Amino acid sequence: MGTNANTQASNAHLTTPTRLTGAEIVWATLVGEGVTDVFGYPGGAILPVYDALRKFPIHHTLVRHEQGASHMADGYSRASGKVGVCIATSGPGATNLVTGIATAMLDSIPIVCITGNVSSKILGTDAFQEVDITGITLPVTKHNFLINRTEDIAPAIRYAFQIAKSARPGPVLVDITKDAQQGTAIFDFAAAKPRPVRPHPMRKIEVSGLDHAAEMIRNSKRPVILAGHGIIESGAMEQVRTLAERAQIPIALTLLGLGAVPASHPLNLGMMGMHGESWVNHAIQEADLLIACGMRFDDRVTGTTATYATKAKKIHIDVDPSEINKNIKVDQPLIGDLREVLEELLPRISGRDGVAWLKTIDTLKGASAVRDIKNLPDLGHLYAAHVIHDIWRITGGNAIVVTDVGQHQMWEAQYYHHEQPRTLITSGGLGTMGFALPAAIGAKFACPDKEVWVIVGDGGFQMTSSELSTIAQEKIKINIAIINNGYLGMVRQWQEFFYERNYESTPLVSPDFVKLADAHGIAGLTVRTRAEVESAVNQARSTPGAFLLNFMVEKEESVYPMIPVGAALHEMIRRPGNDPLLESPDDK
Amino acid sequence: MLHTFVAYVEDLPGVLTRVASLFRRLNININSLTVGRSERAGLSRLTLVCEASAEAGHRIRASLFKLENVVDVDDIAQAPSVTRELALIKVGANRTTRSAIFELVEVFRARIVDLTAESLMIEMTGVESKIEGLIQVLNESESPILEICRSGKMTMRRGHHTSSVLRAMGTGEDDPAGLDNPDGQPLETLDDRVASEPE
Repeated sequence: MGTNANTQASNAHLTTPTRLTGAEIVWATLVGEGVTDVFGYPGGAILPVYDALRKFPIHHTLVRHEQGASHMADGYSRASGKVGVCIATSGPGATNLVTGIATAMLDSIPIVCITGNVSSKILGTDAFQEVDITGITLPVTKHNFLINRTEDIAPAIRYAFQIAKSARPGPVLVDITKDAQQGTAIFDFAAAKPRPVRPHPMRKIEVSGLDHAAEMIRNSKRPVILAGHGIIESGAMEQVRTLAERAQIPIALTLLGLGAVPASHPLNLGMMGMHGESWVNHAIQEADLLIACGMRFDDRVTGTTATYATKAKKIHIDVDPSEINKNIKVDQPLIGDLREVLEELLPRISGRDGVAWLKTIDTLKGASAVRDIKNLPDLGHLYAAHVIHDIWRITGGNAIVVTDVGQHQMWEAQYYHHEQPRTLITSGGLGTMGFALPAAIGAKFACPDKEVWVIVGDGGFQMTSSELSTIAQEKIKINIAIINNGYLGMVRQWQEFFYERNYESTPLVSPDFVKLADAHGIAGLTVRTRAEVESAVNQARSTPGAFLLNFMVEKEESVYPMIPVGAALHEMIRRPGNDPLLESPDDK
Repeated sequence: MLHTFVAYVEDLPGVLTRVASLFRRLNININSLTVGRSERAGLSRLTLVCEASAEAGHRIRASLFKLENVVDVDDIAQAPSVTRELALIKVGANRTTRSAIFELVEVFRARIVDLTAESLMIEMTGVESKIEGLIQVLNESESPILEICRSGKMTMRRGHHTSSVLRAMGTGEDDPAGLDNPDGQPLETLDDRVASEPE
């Protein structure tokens, strides 16, 4: 993996202006931007670009569906912090990228998508495999380009990289007509550099705002830091931690914020929101000050906004001015890059006595704070929570875990404790089923030396399971844990709670996943009891190639606690009865 | 409330779609949109009027700025400004009914820019209410309106504000102390007062 026989090509064209074809310019520009891996699928309108690939030191992964390509670029970016790149042809190739582009858009992930289009002479004539992809992706990209002149290719791609990673990151698409790929132009990498980023005029850090925020923190009795994905994108882990430690402020995390603060940190309360721990949501509802760091008060973390944290004043630190007062009205916005804002704010923060408030939260934890799923008597049931807890324990919490969307995603968030940023890769905003397997492939290319686990439901796995072939072809080591409950579990759970157990269209017949893996030359194992989990996980880890574990878990288990849509943050549905799975003490 | 945004955008294909798409996404109807060249090379200036809540103004402006091709945005809100609209109105009128129209045109300070045996064309510039007024009077006259073409509103802040100054003013909030409009009169009235003066 990661090796390419064609790395002997000289990079002289990066320093000396050289006449190249448009196709060569595409690759030369990517090399200049530091790209080593791309994910894509060839086709008529992008063939010139593919024809030129062998001359450049870039590894191309052939996907099985273009949706996989955009998810792989996304997973690559989430794992590494670099810009992910995917390539597709015109028409259906381009439209297949769209779900992955929207996924990246909603989670602010920097990716660059390159698509071929029909020749400029027949653009707009409904030519074979022609589609208006810049029109289609307009609302799900930060920006996009339609390029029909060879000399515009390098500036557009360089500009695309700048847009993708600047300020609030996001996806950018560059659509290049076939004749632009075939033509030639002088390639001058340095001259193709975009103009400096035009700063958003509303993005400025005001001294008065910083002073006011510091005063609010100083005067607060019950503050909570709301830690979001922006911490990771801005690289502000240390600054958030310093703020919390210096002023003794507990931290609640969003789903995409998990890993931004170590799970074991004493001030880390855990995940907030719809499936967050009860004491976390209660702490937010009881707080007199919320310090939102790189999060956007998504409806999944606020519950109904009318009853959200009514006792709290709010400080909102975000890089995107359009997020201020969008969902929740805030008292003190601080608009700017999170790390820069915190570096300005921290000198204004002095020690604060937080003992009383931390003690109150400890009391809120009560009996539900700790649960010992390890010591649950083995009654022959296999719970997803066990499986994920065991994977966490056995991998020492050091793996990159890529999840799909649904119940298993929430169980992962609850039972896999992330100590490091960029170790949980999950589609939070768009909630894209089918994300996990391809995103994990991207993550593995970004971090070839790291252990990568896919945690995926039986439903989501079948949306993109064709990428097993990609894993086999690229010979990469990924461990796949299918949480198989025979249902579209989260939808079934909603049907159980809100639709009178009318399990319409949620029972799911699946193939024998182990045989499916076998058909791809991938080893696998089905696990039915808790006793088998540890040895199965160990076997997966020690097998040199990819490994698939098919965990046949309890069919009608639900994720608790849960805030119903439209309810307040403290109005949670709790696990019925006194089930020891969630309610027993002493989980360490 | 009615929002008026003045924006400088790059003069490139598709830019208008990006601007319009933002309003479509927010399910906000655009009441009026005018675009044309500006004093800055390569940049077009547009005036966009829409109905949205008072709080939405900040977010729309912030979102407009996020568009790569948008260079400057000013939310005029209630700030002192001049707003004008151009209307071309074709009226069916013959030799006998024509003179009544001429009188109206005189009163409204409009102009006749085309005249044929069966019709004439009126050109009029002014605030919206003035144009509406002429249309209403024409509707009540014997001469039928055959066609109306209206430019939509164009707005410029009063005073010595170059576009870069507008940008520096930044927030586009209401004139805080009412310094430029001490009487607190509605702007339409101010506009009318100026408009009724000889030009």
